[in-house]
Amino acid sequence: MAELSRLDGNAAAGGLEEVFAVEITTAVATCASCGATGDVGELIVYADAPGTVIRCPTCGAVVMRYARLPQSTWIDLRGAAVLRIPAR
Amino acid sequence: MARAALPRRLTWEVLPVVGHEQLTPKTWRVSVSPDGLEQHLAGQHVDVRLTAPDGYRAERSYSIASAPERGALDLVVERLEDGEVSPYLTDVLAVGDQLELRGPIGGYFVWHAELGGPLQLIAGGSGVAPFLAMLDHHRAAGSDAPARLLYSSRTLAEVIEREQLEQHRRRGVGVEITLTRERPEGWAGRVGRADAAMLQAVSFPPEVAPHVFVCGPTAFVEAVADSLVGIGHSPARIKTERFGGMEDRSRG
Repeated sequence: MAELSRLDGNAAAGGLEEVFAVEITTAVATCASCGATGDVGELIVYADAPGTVIRCPTCGAVVMRYARLPQSTWIDLRGAAVLRIPAR
Repeated sequence: MARAALPRRLTWEVLPVVGHEQLTPKTWRVSVSPDGLEQHLAGQHVDVRLTAPDGYRAERSYSIASAPERGALDLVVERLEDGEVSPYLTDVLAVGDQLELRGPIGGYFVWHAELGGPLQLIAGGSGVAPFLAMLDHHRAAGSDAPARLLYSSRTLAEVIEREQLEQHRRRGVGVEITLTRERPEGWAGRVGRADAAMLQAVSFPPEVAPHVFVCGPTAFVEAVADSLVGIGHSPARIKTERFGGMEDRSRG
Protein backbone atom coordinates (compact mmCIF):
# COMPACT_ATOMS: atom_id res chain seq x y z
CA MET A 1 0.00 0.00 0.00
CA ALA A 2 2.94 2.29 0.66
CA GLU A 3 3.82 2.03 -3.02
CA LEU A 4 0.48 3.41 -4.12
CA SER A 5 0.70 6.35 -1.77
CA ARG A 6 4.08 7.56 -3.04
CA LEU A 7 4.07 11.31 -3.60
CA ASP A 8 6.35 13.90 -5.18
CA GLY A 9 8.71 16.38 -3.51
CA ASN A 10 5.93 18.94 -3.75
CA ALA A 11 3.98 17.13 -1.08
CA ALA A 12 6.65 17.70 1.57
CA ALA A 13 7.29 21.30 0.56
CA GLY A 14 4.69 22.81 2.87
CA GLY A 15 6.26 21.30 5.96
CA LEU A 16 9.84 21.90 4.82
CA GLU A 17 9.11 25.51 3.92
CA GLU A 18 8.00 26.21 7.46
CA VAL A 19 11.65 25.68 8.34
CA PHE A 20 13.55 26.64 5.20
CA ALA A 21 12.81 30.25 4.35
CA VAL A 22 12.95 29.57 0.63
CA GLU A 23 10.99 27.75 -2.07
CA ILE A 24 12.36 24.25 -1.72
CA THR A 25 10.98 22.22 -4.62
CA THR A 26 13.29 23.90 -7.10
CA ALA A 27 16.35 23.47 -4.87
CA VAL A 28 18.71 20.90 -6.33
CA ALA A 29 19.64 17.93 -4.16
CA THR A 30 22.57 15.58 -4.65
CA CYS A 31 21.96 12.10 -3.30
CA ALA A 32 24.70 11.16 -0.83
CA SER A 33 24.23 7.52 -1.74
CA CYS A 34 24.44 7.46 -5.55
CA GLY A 35 25.37 11.02 -6.50
CA ALA A 36 22.28 11.61 -8.65
CA THR A 37 21.29 15.26 -8.84
CA GLY A 38 17.82 16.65 -9.36
CA ASP A 39 15.17 19.05 -8.13
CA VAL A 40 13.67 18.39 -4.73
CA GLY A 41 10.37 18.34 -6.60
CA GLU A 42 11.48 15.10 -8.25
CA LEU A 43 12.21 13.27 -5.02
CA ILE A 44 9.81 10.57 -3.89
CA VAL A 45 7.90 11.34 -0.70
CA TYR A 46 6.46 8.72 1.61
CA ALA A 47 4.24 10.61 3.98
CA ASP A 48 2.60 7.77 5.88
CA ALA A 49 3.02 8.28 9.63
CA PRO A 50 5.23 8.52 11.53
CA GLY A 51 7.27 11.25 9.90
CA THR A 52 8.01 11.86 6.26
CA VAL A 53 10.69 10.00 4.33
CA ILE A 54 12.02 11.48 1.11
CA ARG A 55 13.89 9.17 -1.24
CA CYS A 56 16.13 9.44 -4.27
CA PRO A 57 14.20 8.50 -7.44
CA THR A 58 17.35 6.97 -8.94
CA CYS A 59 18.60 4.64 -6.20
CA GLY A 60 15.84 4.68 -3.57
CA ALA A 61 18.10 5.77 -0.72
CA VAL A 62 16.72 8.16 1.88
CA VAL A 63 17.66 11.77 1.06
CA MET A 64 15.75 13.52 3.83
CA ARG A 65 13.68 12.62 6.83
CA TYR A 66 11.28 15.07 8.39
CA ALA A 67 9.12 14.76 11.47
CA ARG A 68 6.82 17.25 13.20
CA LEU A 69 6.58 16.70 16.93
CA PRO A 70 4.67 18.86 19.41
CA GLN A 71 7.79 20.50 20.80
CA SER A 72 10.12 20.36 17.83
CA THR A 73 10.65 19.61 14.18
CA TRP A 74 13.31 17.08 13.16
CA ILE A 75 15.04 17.25 9.81
CA ASP A 76 17.65 14.67 8.86
CA LEU A 77 19.59 15.71 5.78
CA ARG A 78 22.34 13.10 5.95
CA GLY A 79 21.13 11.60 2.68
CA ALA A 80 21.64 14.88 0.82
CA ALA A 81 25.30 15.45 0.01
CA VAL A 82 24.56 18.93 -1.27
CA LEU A 83 21.45 21.08 -1.36
CA ARG A 84 21.74 23.91 -3.89
CA ILE A 85 19.19 26.64 -3.40
CA PRO A 86 18.83 29.10 -6.31
CA ALA A 87 19.44 32.74 -5.41
CA ARG A 88 16.45 35.08 -5.53
CA MET B 1 11.68 35.05 -16.30
CA ALA B 2 12.04 32.69 -13.42
CA ARG B 3 9.94 33.23 -10.36
CA ALA B 4 12.41 34.34 -7.71
CA ALA B 5 12.60 32.46 -4.44
CA LEU B 6 11.42 34.87 -1.80
CA PRO B 7 12.99 34.52 1.62
CA ARG B 8 10.03 33.79 3.81
CA ARG B 9 8.88 30.95 5.97
CA LEU B 10 5.49 29.57 5.22
CA THR B 11 3.01 30.16 7.98
CA TRP B 12 -0.57 29.16 8.51
CA GLU B 13 -3.07 31.86 7.59
CA VAL B 14 -6.78 31.96 8.36
CA LEU B 15 -8.79 32.94 5.30
CA PRO B 16 -12.50 33.44 4.61
CA VAL B 17 -14.47 31.04 2.42
CA VAL B 18 -16.14 33.05 -0.34
CA GLY B 19 -17.57 30.25 -2.48
CA HIS B 20 -18.77 26.68 -2.06
CA GLU B 21 -20.32 24.80 -4.97
CA GLN B 22 -20.81 21.15 -5.86
CA LEU B 23 -19.27 20.30 -9.23
CA THR B 24 -19.90 16.54 -9.62
CA PRO B 25 -21.35 13.81 -7.40
CA LYS B 26 -18.11 13.65 -5.41
CA THR B 27 -16.31 16.96 -5.96
CA TRP B 28 -16.86 20.47 -4.73
CA ARG B 29 -15.24 23.78 -5.52
CA VAL B 30 -14.23 25.67 -2.39
CA SER B 31 -13.21 29.28 -3.02
CA VAL B 32 -11.13 31.21 -0.55
CA SER B 33 -10.12 34.84 -0.49
CA PRO B 34 -6.32 34.92 -0.84
CA ASP B 35 -5.75 38.07 1.26
CA GLY B 36 -2.28 38.02 2.72
CA LEU B 37 -1.03 35.12 0.63
CA GLU B 38 1.65 35.59 -1.97
CA GLN B 39 0.20 35.41 -5.48
CA HIS B 40 0.45 31.88 -6.76
CA LEU B 41 1.63 30.32 -10.00
CA ALA B 42 -0.59 27.89 -11.88
CA GLY B 43 0.22 24.38 -10.67
CA GLN B 44 0.91 25.26 -7.06
CA HIS B 45 -1.08 23.94 -4.15
CA VAL B 46 -2.07 24.94 -0.65
CA ASP B 47 -2.13 22.87 2.51
CA VAL B 48 -5.38 22.99 4.48
CA ARG B 49 -5.42 22.27 8.21
CA LEU B 50 -8.40 21.31 10.35
CA THR B 51 -8.19 21.37 14.15
CA ALA B 52 -10.70 19.38 16.18
CA PRO B 53 -11.97 20.63 19.56
CA ASP B 54 -9.65 18.17 21.29
CA GLY B 55 -6.68 19.66 19.46
CA TYR B 56 -6.29 16.84 16.92
CA ARG B 57 -5.04 18.21 13.62
CA ALA B 58 -5.23 16.93 10.08
CA GLU B 59 -3.59 18.49 7.04
CA ARG B 60 -4.22 17.87 3.36
CA SER B 61 -2.90 19.39 0.16
CA TYR B 62 -5.18 20.79 -2.54
CA SER B 63 -4.12 22.14 -5.91
CA ILE B 64 -5.21 25.66 -6.71
CA ALA B 65 -7.60 25.34 -9.64
CA SER B 66 -7.83 29.02 -10.55
CA ALA B 67 -5.40 31.27 -12.41
CA PRO B 68 -3.32 33.82 -10.52
CA GLU B 69 -5.13 36.50 -12.53
CA ARG B 70 -8.40 35.71 -10.73
CA GLY B 71 -9.46 37.17 -7.42
CA ALA B 72 -10.26 34.08 -5.41
CA LEU B 73 -8.37 30.83 -4.84
CA ASP B 74 -10.43 27.88 -6.06
CA LEU B 75 -9.77 24.45 -4.61
CA VAL B 76 -11.29 21.26 -6.01
CA VAL B 77 -12.08 18.90 -3.15
CA GLU B 78 -12.88 15.28 -3.83
CA ARG B 79 -14.98 13.81 -1.06
CA LEU B 80 -13.47 10.55 0.19
CA GLU B 81 -15.99 8.59 2.22
CA ASP B 82 -13.67 7.83 5.14
CA GLY B 83 -11.57 10.93 4.72
CA GLU B 84 -10.53 12.95 7.72
CA VAL B 85 -10.66 16.29 5.97
CA SER B 86 -12.61 16.15 2.72
CA PRO B 87 -16.07 15.35 4.18
CA TYR B 88 -15.78 18.41 6.42
CA LEU B 89 -14.83 20.62 3.49
CA THR B 90 -17.65 19.33 1.31
CA ASP B 91 -20.47 18.74 3.81
CA VAL B 92 -19.93 21.23 6.62
CA LEU B 93 -17.84 24.17 5.43
CA ALA B 94 -19.91 27.11 4.14
CA VAL B 95 -19.48 30.57 2.71
CA GLY B 96 -18.54 32.89 5.53
CA ASP B 97 -16.58 30.24 7.43
CA GLN B 98 -12.84 30.39 7.78
CA LEU B 99 -10.18 27.96 6.64
CA GLU B 100 -6.62 27.56 7.86
CA LEU B 101 -4.26 27.45 4.87
CA ARG B 102 -0.55 27.42 4.14
CA GLY B 103 0.80 28.36 0.74
CA PRO B 104 1.15 28.75 -2.15
CA ILE B 105 3.55 25.83 -2.30
CA GLY B 106 5.65 24.23 -5.01
CA GLY B 107 7.70 26.06 -7.61
CA TYR B 108 8.56 22.84 -9.38
CA PHE B 109 5.17 21.77 -10.72
CA VAL B 110 4.21 25.10 -12.29
CA TRP B 111 3.58 26.52 -15.74
CA HIS B 112 3.50 30.19 -16.56
CA ALA B 113 3.17 31.79 -19.97
CA GLU B 114 6.83 32.79 -20.24
CA LEU B 115 7.79 29.11 -20.27
CA GLY B 116 6.06 28.72 -23.61
CA GLY B 117 5.00 25.43 -25.12
CA PRO B 118 4.00 23.09 -26.39
CA LEU B 119 2.17 22.31 -23.17
CA GLN B 120 0.96 18.74 -22.61
CA LEU B 121 -1.29 18.10 -19.61
CA ILE B 122 -2.41 14.63 -18.55
CA ALA B 123 -4.93 14.30 -15.72
CA GLY B 124 -6.51 11.44 -13.81
CA GLY B 125 -9.71 12.25 -11.94
CA SER B 126 -9.36 15.20 -9.58
CA GLY B 127 -5.78 15.53 -10.84
CA VAL B 128 -7.23 17.93 -13.41
CA ALA B 129 -7.33 20.65 -10.72
CA PRO B 130 -3.87 22.22 -11.28
CA PHE B 131 -4.48 22.06 -15.04
CA LEU B 132 -7.65 24.15 -14.67
CA ALA B 133 -5.34 26.79 -13.22
CA MET B 134 -2.79 26.37 -16.00
CA LEU B 135 -5.38 26.60 -18.78
CA ASP B 136 -7.15 29.51 -17.06
CA HIS B 137 -3.79 31.28 -16.86
CA HIS B 138 -2.97 30.31 -20.47
CA ARG B 139 -6.11 32.15 -21.55
CA ALA B 140 -5.73 35.12 -19.20
CA ALA B 141 -2.13 35.66 -20.27
CA GLY B 142 -3.06 35.46 -23.95
CA SER B 143 -0.52 32.69 -24.47
CA ASP B 144 -0.20 31.29 -27.98
CA ALA B 145 1.62 28.20 -26.78
CA PRO B 146 -0.02 25.10 -28.28
CA ALA B 147 -1.69 23.26 -25.42
CA ARG B 148 -3.34 19.86 -25.04
CA LEU B 149 -5.09 18.12 -22.17
CA LEU B 150 -5.80 14.41 -21.89
CA TYR B 151 -8.25 13.92 -19.02
CA SER B 152 -9.05 10.43 -17.79
CA SER B 153 -12.25 10.13 -15.78
CA ARG B 154 -14.16 7.07 -14.64
CA THR B 155 -17.52 8.39 -15.86
CA LEU B 156 -18.90 11.42 -17.68
CA ALA B 157 -20.72 12.58 -14.56
CA GLU B 158 -17.39 12.74 -12.74
CA VAL B 159 -15.74 15.04 -15.26
CA ILE B 160 -14.86 18.21 -13.36
CA GLU B 161 -15.65 21.61 -14.94
CA ARG B 162 -16.66 20.09 -18.26
CA GLU B 163 -18.11 23.37 -19.53
CA GLN B 164 -14.92 25.24 -18.71
CA LEU B 165 -12.94 22.61 -20.61
CA GLU B 166 -15.32 22.95 -23.55
CA GLN B 167 -14.59 26.66 -23.62
CA HIS B 168 -10.87 25.92 -23.74
CA ARG B 169 -11.44 23.46 -26.55
CA ARG B 170 -13.38 26.07 -28.51
CA ARG B 171 -10.50 28.51 -28.25
CA GLY B 172 -8.04 25.96 -29.60
CA VAL B 173 -6.77 23.86 -26.68
CA GLY B 174 -6.68 20.18 -27.64
CA VAL B 175 -8.97 18.77 -24.94
CA GLU B 176 -9.46 15.00 -24.98
CA ILE B 177 -11.55 13.23 -22.37
CA THR B 178 -11.35 9.49 -21.94
CA LEU B 179 -13.83 7.54 -19.84
CA THR B 180 -12.62 4.36 -18.22
CA ARG B 181 -15.77 2.84 -16.74
CA GLU B 182 -18.53 3.59 -19.20
CA ARG B 183 -19.30 4.41 -22.81
CA PRO B 184 -22.37 6.68 -22.75
CA GLU B 185 -24.69 6.57 -25.71
CA GLY B 186 -23.65 9.16 -28.25
CA TRP B 187 -20.31 9.79 -26.54
CA ALA B 188 -17.93 11.28 -29.11
CA GLY B 189 -14.88 11.29 -26.85
CA ARG B 190 -12.49 8.48 -26.00
CA VAL B 191 -12.89 5.42 -23.83
CA GLY B 192 -10.31 3.33 -22.05
CA ARG B 193 -7.18 3.92 -20.00
CA ALA B 194 -4.57 6.49 -20.91
CA ASP B 195 -2.14 3.82 -22.04
CA ALA B 196 0.85 4.13 -24.35
CA ALA B 197 -1.30 3.80 -27.48
CA MET B 198 -3.66 6.57 -26.45
CA LEU B 199 -0.82 8.80 -25.29
CA GLN B 200 0.90 8.29 -28.60
CA ALA B 201 -2.30 9.19 -30.45
CA VAL B 202 -3.22 12.37 -28.59
CA SER B 203 -0.05 13.84 -27.12
CA PHE B 204 2.49 16.15 -28.66
CA PRO B 205 5.28 13.93 -29.97
CA PRO B 206 8.64 13.85 -28.18
CA GLU B 207 10.29 15.61 -31.13
CA VAL B 208 8.62 18.92 -30.26
CA ALA B 209 9.91 18.67 -26.66
CA PRO B 210 6.67 19.58 -24.90
CA HIS B 211 6.48 20.56 -21.25
CA VAL B 212 4.60 17.56 -19.87
CA PHE B 213 2.66 17.61 -16.61
CA VAL B 214 0.93 14.54 -15.18
CA CYS B 215 -1.34 14.73 -12.13
CA GLY B 216 -3.70 12.32 -10.39
CA PRO B 217 -3.62 9.24 -8.18
CA THR B 218 -0.14 7.78 -7.74
CA ALA B 219 -0.86 4.62 -9.72
CA PHE B 220 -2.22 6.64 -12.64
CA VAL B 221 0.67 9.10 -12.65
CA GLU B 222 3.33 6.41 -12.52
CA ALA B 223 1.72 4.34 -15.27
CA VAL B 224 1.37 7.38 -17.53
CA ALA B 225 4.92 8.61 -16.83
CA ASP B 226 6.31 5.15 -17.61
CA SER B 227 4.29 5.03 -20.84
CA LEU B 228 5.48 8.48 -21.87
CA VAL B 229 9.11 7.49 -21.40
CA GLY B 230 8.35 4.29 -23.29
CA ILE B 231 7.13 6.23 -26.31
CA GLY B 232 10.21 8.42 -26.32
CA HIS B 233 9.62 11.38 -24.03
CA SER B 234 12.56 12.58 -22.02
CA PRO B 235 12.04 12.05 -18.27
CA ALA B 236 13.55 15.49 -17.73
CA ARG B 237 10.57 17.10 -19.49
CA ILE B 238 7.95 15.21 -17.49
CA LYS B 239 6.79 16.68 -14.19
CA THR B 240 4.53 14.69 -11.93
CA GLU B 241 2.21 15.44 -9.05
CA ARG B 242 0.98 12.31 -7.36
CA PHE B 243 -2.10 12.52 -5.18
CA GLY B 244 -1.39 9.28 -3.34
CA GLY B 245 -3.56 6.18 -3.07
CA MET B 246 -7.14 7.39 -3.26
CA GLU B 247 -8.48 4.44 -1.32
CA ASP B 248 -6.26 5.36 1.61
CA ARG B 249 -8.23 7.33 4.18
CA SER B 250 -5.19 9.24 5.29
CA ARG B 251 -5.21 10.94 1.89
CA GLY B 252 -8.64 12.52 2.15
